[in-house]
Amino acid sequence: MSGGMEAIDNMSSFKVVNHPVRRVDAIAKVTGRAKFTDDLTFDRMLYGRVLRAKYPHAKILELDTRKAEEAPGVVCVITYADVPGAQAIGPVRPDMPVFVSTKTMYLGDAVAMVVAETPEMAEQALDLIRVEYEELPAIYDVEEAASEGALELHEDYPRNIVNHYPLRKGNVEEGFKASDIILERTYTTQLIEHAYIEPEAAIAVPGVAGDIMTIYGSIQNPFTARRHVASVLGVSLNKVRVVQCTMGGSFGGKDDVVSAICARAAVAALKTGRPVKIVHTREESIIESYKRHPYVMKYKVGATRDGKIVAMEVYILADAGPYSSMTPFVTWRSVVQATGPYEIPNVKTDVYGIFTNNTYTGAMRGFGSPQIIFAQESLMDELAEGLGMDPLELRLLNGFRQGSVTASGQVLEGHTVSLEEVIRKATDAIGYSEKWKTYAKNRPAKGKVRGVGFATSYRGVSLGAEGVDAVATLLSVQPDGSVYLHSGLAENGQGLKTVFSQIAAEELGCKLEDIVFMDTDTSVIPDSGATVASRSTTMGGGSVRNAAKKVKEVLFEVASKLLNVSPDEIEAADGKMYVKDEPGRSVDFKDVAKAGYSEGKLMAALGWYHAPKVTWDEETGQGKAYFTYVYGCQAVEVEVDCDTGKVKVLKVAAAHDVGRAINPATLKGQIYGGVAMGMGYGLLEEVELQKGITKTRNFDEYIIATSMDVPEVIPIIVENPDSHGPYGAKAVAEPTCELLAPAIANAVYNACGKRIRDLPLDLERVLLGRSLRAARGKRGSEQS
Amino acid sequence: MKQVDRCKMKLISFTVNGTDVKVEISASDRLIDVLRDKLRLTGTKEGCGIGECGACTVIMNGVPVNSCLVPAFQAEGSVIETVEGLEQSGKLHPLQEAFVDHAAIQCGFCTPGMLMSALALLRENPHPTREEIARAISGNLCRCTGYHQIIEAIEDASMRMDPTE
Repeated sequence: MSGGMEAIDNMSSFKVVNHPVRRVDAIAKVTGRAKFTDDLTFDRMLYGRVLRAKYPHAKILELDTRKAEEAPGVVCVITYADVPGAQAIGPVRPDMPVFVSTKTMYLGDAVAMVVAETPEMAEQALDLIRVEYEELPAIYDVEEAASEGALELHEDYPRNIVNHYPLRKGNVEEGFKASDIILERTYTTQLIEHAYIEPEAAIAVPGVAGDIMTIYGSIQNPFTARRHVASVLGVSLNKVRVVQCTMGGSFGGKDDVVSAICARAAVAALKTGRPVKIVHTREESIIESYKRHPYVMKYKVGATRDGKIVAMEVYILADAGPYSSMTPFVTWRSVVQATGPYEIPNVKTDVYGIFTNNTYTGAMRGFGSPQIIFAQESLMDELAEGLGMDPLELRLLNGFRQGSVTASGQVLEGHTVSLEEVIRKATDAIGYSEKWKTYAKNRPAKGKVRGVGFATSYRGVSLGAEGVDAVATLLSVQPDGSVYLHSGLAENGQGLKTVFSQIAAEELGCKLEDIVFMDTDTSVIPDSGATVASRSTTMGGGSVRNAAKKVKEVLFEVASKLLNVSPDEIEAADGKMYVKDEPGRSVDFKDVAKAGYSEGKLMAALGWYHAPKVTWDEETGQGKAYFTYVYGCQAVEVEVDCDTGKVKVLKVAAAHDVGRAINPATLKGQIYGGVAMGMGYGLLEEVELQKGITKTRNFDEYIIATSMDVPEVIPIIVENPDSHGPYGAKAVAEPTCELLAPAIANAVYNACGKRIRDLPLDLERVLLGRSLRAARGKRGSEQS
Repeated sequence: MKQVDRCKMKLISFTVNGTDVKVEISASDRLIDVLRDKLRLTGTKEGCGIGECGACTVIMNGVPVNSCLVPAFQAEGSVIETVEGLEQSGKLHPLQEAFVDHAAIQCGFCTPGMLMSALALLRENPHPTREEIARAISGNLCRCTGYHQIIEAIEDASMRMDPTE
């Protein structure tokens, strides 16, 4: 069934969805019984430890593993020469080696892996591997990498361009001519670590059920891991079975890097015939794992005197590091959304992914949106200042409404365009308008001053024209009325198991506690793509509902005989099936299941949900990029200490249109968590690289928000049900994380008149206007 | 299988969740290694190995400690409490109940350590303010929840544990 339009349900009738039910995995997690990857052991299990590059860019002249192989407890040392199939992996292009052979491209590259009886023995033998390097000239600056004549890191990629997305709408030259005011600004963002608290982990177990390699791991996307392991082993997909373990956070992060770890474990398991476990230390995790892209963003905007935006030109360089990874997809979302939720007749956008020798970058919560929203929402406040307008007024004047046309020429229809609603709700909640005027008038240069700011966005739901977008769910009712749910999308910690179980219980009419959601297993369920892009509730939820509908049809047929009515007179809820107009005439769900089983009925179904059609023209950047959108706004009040540069976030109001809140409690959890992560992006976090060498290697140096740092948060759930999602639900995970950094930057300006165009807004930038850290040299506006 | 010189091994005795245990340890073992690898109490998690994230928090002689920073030999004669000891005869501890009820859990990796820090706080201070709760768990990093529901849960648990005040 494709995701067509269907009637949106009446909210008042919901029994399970739209209620803050307990998480189905909560008990296992509060008792310590939930099994994360490192909690599993297997008979005769070995441990792998990886030797990483000494230099970010160097030729490997010689690699001698003999001494390490002779060390106590060492079973073997794995290198590229042991890889039976593909040497390299990657979601778009297979350009990231599982083990490097002739040269290193960044500090996290794996040169070899010791496999030993204990982790300590593996660790000790690492020192015995001798590698002779010849350092190569390297590029760490994205603008230098993208310049004419720059050293090419990969053959056939002139100017190190991974990919280029143009978008052309109208004529910007004409637009700027017609403008009364033109602003040109450069904004930059930093390298960000996902900082899931559980480091990466995987176990490969060979020879289960014949020659199948089974992988258990902390894996965000089991099907991607399977594809990569199969290609590295040189076997067909059905010879690799990936089972997701309870995952200690991911945020987009446990994809490519975990595929590489799974592949390494699998190669070692194949070679030794024994299970092999790899668990990263925090230091290894930060050094090897991909990050959120730093962007350099040059924006030019033209508007008329009365505030109408006429033209916007955007030029973006995204630092990809040395491998393509997700860069082509991440930057695609950027090109679609670069000019924000504003109707602008003339747009010219160019987004480039650029190879460097920095740590590679890929998917992270937001996926190409936090960067451009920082730029565009800072720019909106700067434009308002230039025009002498209230920033709120400027946004409402230019913001999307029902039927507006986006930069890619898409007419916003078929869903509620709620931009104005979320802006008003968030700004009202902190008393923005009045405070903004008061604070702007009163800017002492000393002591603590307050400011308010906000940022708003629209965001395409799911993958859009990025790729194949379909999801499967298997729902199976047992003879006693209990239910198994298997889905192709996976629990990452966000609450997917709970939300999917709620949708199944609502549709099927069984009790929520009678459902068991099984961890994702690639041998059970069809490839459903990845649990990414805030697509799970809409896409996966749609497939759950479709599976439940099919099974319900069978059960109603059975129940109709037990109740002596026709199937269309039956309804189901709360573990009972009953006659619509006579709820007292009912039969227990479990008795229907029992009867259905004895009649030989098939009480299981595979539900499938395929996204509606979307389009994209690669040459012009025009098309229907996503089938629906969500709208969000976060408003913030901050206190800036003019003497130290410290910014304290006092209060955040976060308004998000989610279509329908399937579980308001876990949804609030998404908002609180996204706000904390967004605050880290704005104020605290940066992976420091010095000439490609990772300096911030653990949580003593990479600072994420603690319980003492998080501000008061007012979550505002806006529900405009969407025809595409189950019960009208859309998405929330990523929008919550993409708005706070620019809102803070705008609030800091409101407080003290300092416009900071480079993230994070740390003490030095706020106090001195520039960073004292050597990391990545001077950035963006700091150069001028 | 571990190729460790047996004479460097040492036998230590301590109490875990009310049970007396004897474990053979080596000089390099940390308390977390003993709990996870030797006693298979895997509820205690390792997130950073340097005492920054708090995922490995257990209660040792009444005090919350990062078990990744405690050399195993220091556990000799001590009383250790881990997340596995919270549930009694199949009944969740009020803190666990409150975490479940307040959706104070997402990925769950920080949860065991968070619960142990909270338990130590509530024993010391049965009715903490939100500020005191936030301070007590400030050594426990959580990347998912933004902490609000955790703080609410601990506050609620304090009422459940001592409803008289």
